[in-house]
Amino acid sequence: MKIHEYQAKEILRKFGVVTPKGIPCFSVEEAVKAAEQLGGNIWVVKAQIHAGGRGKGGGVKIAKTLHEVQAQAASILGMQLVTHQTGPEGQLVRRLLIEEGADIKKEYYVAALTDRATQKVAMMASSEGGMDIEEVAHNTPEKIIKVFVDPLVGLTDAQATELAQGIGVPAGSMAQAVDTLQKLYTCYMETDASLAEINPLILEGNGNIKALDAKFNFDSNALFRHPDIVAYRDLDEEDPDELEASKFDLAYISLDGNIGCLVNGAGLAMATMDTIKLFGAEPANFLDVGGGATAEKVTEAFKIMLKNPKVKGILVNIFGGIMRCDTIANGVVTAAREVQLSVPLVVRMKGTNEDIGKKILAESGLPIISADTMADAATKIVAAVK
Amino acid sequence: MSILINKDTKVITQGITGKTGMFHTSKCREYANGANCFVAGVNPKKAGEEFEGIPIFAGVKEASDATGATVSVIYVPPAGAAAAIWEACEADLDLAICITEGIPVRDMLMVRNKMKAKVAAGGKETLLLGPNCPGLITPDEIKIGIMPGHIHRKGRIGVVSRSGTLTYEAVAQLTEIGLGQSSAVGIGGDPINGLKHIDVMKMFNDDPDTDAVIMIGEIGGPDEAEAAQWCKANMKKPVVGFIAGVTAPAGKRMGHAGALISGGADTADAKLAIMEECGFTVTRDPSEMAKLLKAML
Repeated sequence: MKIHEYQAKEILRKFGVVTPKGIPCFSVEEAVKAAEQLGGNIWVVKAQIHAGGRGKGGGVKIAKTLHEVQAQAASILGMQLVTHQTGPEGQLVRRLLIEEGADIKKEYYVAALTDRATQKVAMMASSEGGMDIEEVAHNTPEKIIKVFVDPLVGLTDAQATELAQGIGVPAGSMAQAVDTLQKLYTCYMETDASLAEINPLILEGNGNIKALDAKFNFDSNALFRHPDIVAYRDLDEEDPDELEASKFDLAYISLDGNIGCLVNGAGLAMATMDTIKLFGAEPANFLDVGGGATAEKVTEAFKIMLKNPKVKGILVNIFGGIMRCDTIANGVVTAAREVQLSVPLVVRMKGTNEDIGKKILAESGLPIISADTMADAATKIVAAVK
Repeated sequence: MSILINKDTKVITQGITGKTGMFHTSKCREYANGANCFVAGVNPKKAGEEFEGIPIFAGVKEASDATGATVSVIYVPPAGAAAAIWEACEADLDLAICITEGIPVRDMLMVRNKMKAKVAAGGKETLLLGPNCPGLITPDEIKIGIMPGHIHRKGRIGVVSRSGTLTYEAVAQLTEIGLGQSSAVGIGGDPINGLKHIDVMKMFNDDPDTDAVIMIGEIGGPDEAEAAQWCKANMKKPVVGFIAGVTAPAGKRMGHAGALISGGADTADAKLAIMEECGFTVTRDPSEMAKLLKAML
């Protein structure tokens, strides 16, 4: 689960990390009031969307008068902000963060994430803050340093110092930087984050260390113990079809092709998508109906797939294990009737009660094309949509 | 022979009284020698009761002491599953198989590091399979997990995969063309897990009753590449490899918590290239896995 920058900073502040003062706003009037309340003579007007790259896309502006705050807020709020992460259509800006200005002397990058290979927490830092870290990793990998933290021990002073020294924090700010890193680590662990990134972490002219921008992802398996984080969820930022699918416990991801696919099991679902591509077409979605698919679930899955106007055909690939093929066949027939299916449908079933399932499909009177192997199924659906 | 389990393995079911635990314990007992293998259940609140004649104990240690069981299978719900794994380790079992899907990553991180610290301090190592896995089976001897038993057939091919249904796919293909399996192992789809591809490949390499292996992976993480590198130098048996997710977009979690492309090295294309370079026969057509393997024997 992702959250907004202002929410990320609220969390960081709870753990004692220093951030600029800021106020989230939903209207231009609120933005001006927020600037007045913050005081000072320089403010930053920041678009709040879940995608990165907001500055480059024109979603972050400096204002030196309240009038400028009003003008910038009016131009950003309601814009379709296009960044490298939003896709060409961009994302509608519905929220702003008005923040006090900062005296930036140097920008760093720091982050915590779980490292699969070592099964430890990787704390990463770079002297090249404020930039896209993937670019830094690609062009100048030596400028990223990492330490691996044993979660039974935590981020030690020595490790935090190694990171802070490694990215060139001056001696006078060292204690603050070490403290910030340790607080970031604690925050990462205690919130069940899967990524906690401060980019940039800044050194101000007076030597203070502050988190100027922050990004968090949270482990969806752990949200049950964090109602405060769940409350941060912004449904406007999520794909409406993926959201609808999640209500029915379906894992759905929309893609760019024209063949919808409905599969049980994540690995088999990906393999089915790959087979469609191998035989000359592109999948329209990833959809895993999971182990306990009922007729109702299959019907919902069909409805969600068919909402996508690009879908010109559907491939169902089920390996019946505990879930029997006849159950799925009944679900497919019910669903096809209920949604009055008008695109070609290829069904490939394997496993428990395969023959009964095939018979149900054949006797349904529906124009369902049956297939034996995944390759056979892909060949048939690709031919049917051409 | 086979890897990890056989007809003489004695198994404890942790979470035996839940819906999933009851259903699959029944199915496992019906398969091959299962009725003699599943000897104990655990539920702290139902100690002294029975399930289908299997005694239920308050803890894993008591269950193991009373029955001599050395393996456990875990169906405990996500919030308590990591604690259940740790209980199996504290009871010094040989192997814990965790079927549970949806365990918080931090819980797995903590328990894996506790397990490693225990071994580093001279304690007995308990192997972990999973979590979020279908379990494993040695056909005609024993099945521990949620896979459909009837698609398997005894034989000499090893199968290892992160995905459940894709394991079944490979097994069914093998059985259909007359090739049986020595053992089929699902290592699970989570980012922090126990046995990895490399560990299972080492076991298949050492198993005199395994002639060849199908290794199936997916996007996300370094495990398949690590296994391939090891195989390049050590594997004495032919391997067919497949990686799911060539069409998966970067940055999106594809069902499995661990199936997420996070860099250039963990895409399906990158993994297929490394596996090929390390001597695997790789395919981009998952319908061909068994056929390709047969051609190599």
